[in-house]
Amino acid sequence: MTYLAKSPWILHYDASSCNGCDIEVLACLTPMYDVERFGILNTGNPKHADIFVITGSINEQNREIVKNLYDQIPRPNVVVAVGICACSGGVFRECYNVSGGIDKVIPVDVYVPGCACRPESIIDGIVTALGILEEKRTKMVLDVDKKEHRHAGLNPDHILSTGGVQ
Amino acid sequence: MSKQITVPFGPQHPVLPEPLHLDLVLEDETVVDVIPSIGYVHRGLEKLVEKREYTEYVFIAERICGICSFIHSQTYVQGIEQIMGLEVPERATYLRTIWGEYSRLHSHLLWLGLFADSMGFESVFMNAWRLREHILDDLEATTGGRVIQGVCKVGGVRKDITPEKLDEMLKGLRGMEHELNDLTNVFLNDSSMKHRLRGVGVLKKEDAYVLGAVGPTARGSGLAIDIRSTGYGALGKINFKPVVEYDGDCYARCAVRAKEMFTSIDIIEQCIKKIPDGPVDMKVTGAPDGEYFSRTEQPRGEVIHYIKGNGKKNLVRHRVRTPTFTNIPPLVTLLKGVDLADVPVVVLSIDPCIGCAER
Repeated sequence: MTYLAKSPWILHYDASSCNGCDIEVLACLTPMYDVERFGILNTGNPKHADIFVITGSINEQNREIVKNLYDQIPRPNVVVAVGICACSGGVFRECYNVSGGIDKVIPVDVYVPGCACRPESIIDGIVTALGILEEKRTKMVLDVDKKEHRHAGLNPDHILSTGGVQ
Repeated sequence: MSKQITVPFGPQHPVLPEPLHLDLVLEDETVVDVIPSIGYVHRGLEKLVEKREYTEYVFIAERICGICSFIHSQTYVQGIEQIMGLEVPERATYLRTIWGEYSRLHSHLLWLGLFADSMGFESVFMNAWRLREHILDDLEATTGGRVIQGVCKVGGVRKDITPEKLDEMLKGLRGMEHELNDLTNVFLNDSSMKHRLRGVGVLKKEDAYVLGAVGPTARGSGLAIDIRSTGYGALGKINFKPVVEYDGDCYARCAVRAKEMFTSIDIIEQCIKKIPDGPVDMKVTGAPDGEYFSRTEQPRGEVIHYIKGNGKKNLVRHRVRTPTFTNIPPLVTLLKGVDLADVPVVVLSIDPCIGCAER
């Protein structure tokens, strides 16, 4: 990928992280790493977000909140699990209140391991997520086009595979 | 009397990097009551002592919180060393003190940035975090980790710092001082900052004492509580005075943290000048048998680790009382009577660290 077609916005939620990964996610936004220059912004509103960055593992109390937030993010969206706790539970996997990684509740697209993750690996994860987001968007537009063709009585297989992105 | 309504604040909220849930009871725009509920980050790591040996558990203790990570591991190993009666090499205690003060510097800079962000002061947030990167660079160069260092162990520390690097660190801090001055100048003297912070969220000295406030929250209300005065680590050989402010408002708490950064630099300088030569760790055999309350001063206040062993490799009990947990009752008190729009600033003024508080 050589350029970004859109400015992806990020929603960050701390599931049950120790803060280590959270402050590294924030460090990505600040002058040293500065992802804002690519148009990547941290938003507090799930309806504004494209990428769901989540740190820490799932426990009984935040299960519903993670699910709620995910359901509120408009499609297409990408979920990035940042830190080994979000991937599998990490050092806390045997704790009584930890159910495991984020993928126990919502589908995860990119796993970024590390304890704590370095900002470089978080940025790498986000860039990978952007590629997946683009694929999902293309597929979604294609699906919509096919549906419209079917409604118009045309053969949906006659649409070019590039989708409806102009 | 106007009608009361309840507004939920959190757990996912733009100003909070961490999940804290408050039910704010409002009359018009004024907060009249606050009902906090916690537990979104609870992992239950204290029970892991039954599954991990006491030497391995240092890594878990360090991951109680990612901001005060080093001081958590230091507190835990100090407790173990006290039970086992270990005389840790002096150089190791100095190195622990240096790294502990570095953690305090990075935590306070992080907080100043978030605090400015909660007031909508984006450029100060960016500048504070830019300065923080210098501190993290030194931490990474000497320990190998940016936020989780993993350098403390029972009986000493894992890494030594060369004298050249120590000099370089000192020069770096001295070079940073004028930038830190510029930054704290904004917090202490800018008219709009003063307007936002003066007289907002006042915690009286008596309330702070009765409700058990610790750290900068207590020191901002005129209580000179600083566990560093007990002289743990190498702090007994260092001269310093706790920073105390008397107004008890958000401005006072902010001023305490801003001025404490210079105290930390001063402590690091004294440590670097006095650090003796010698080994940095010792061989440890056996297992702890007994109990101990280990106390240290974190960036957010006093932390207590209670450790109990029975002579086996696994501890019987580990209990942590973290500063944010004790600062929640004062928070509830000082939120009463503030405007709804001031709530983010007041909540951040106690420097909540939920990862610590809920463990």
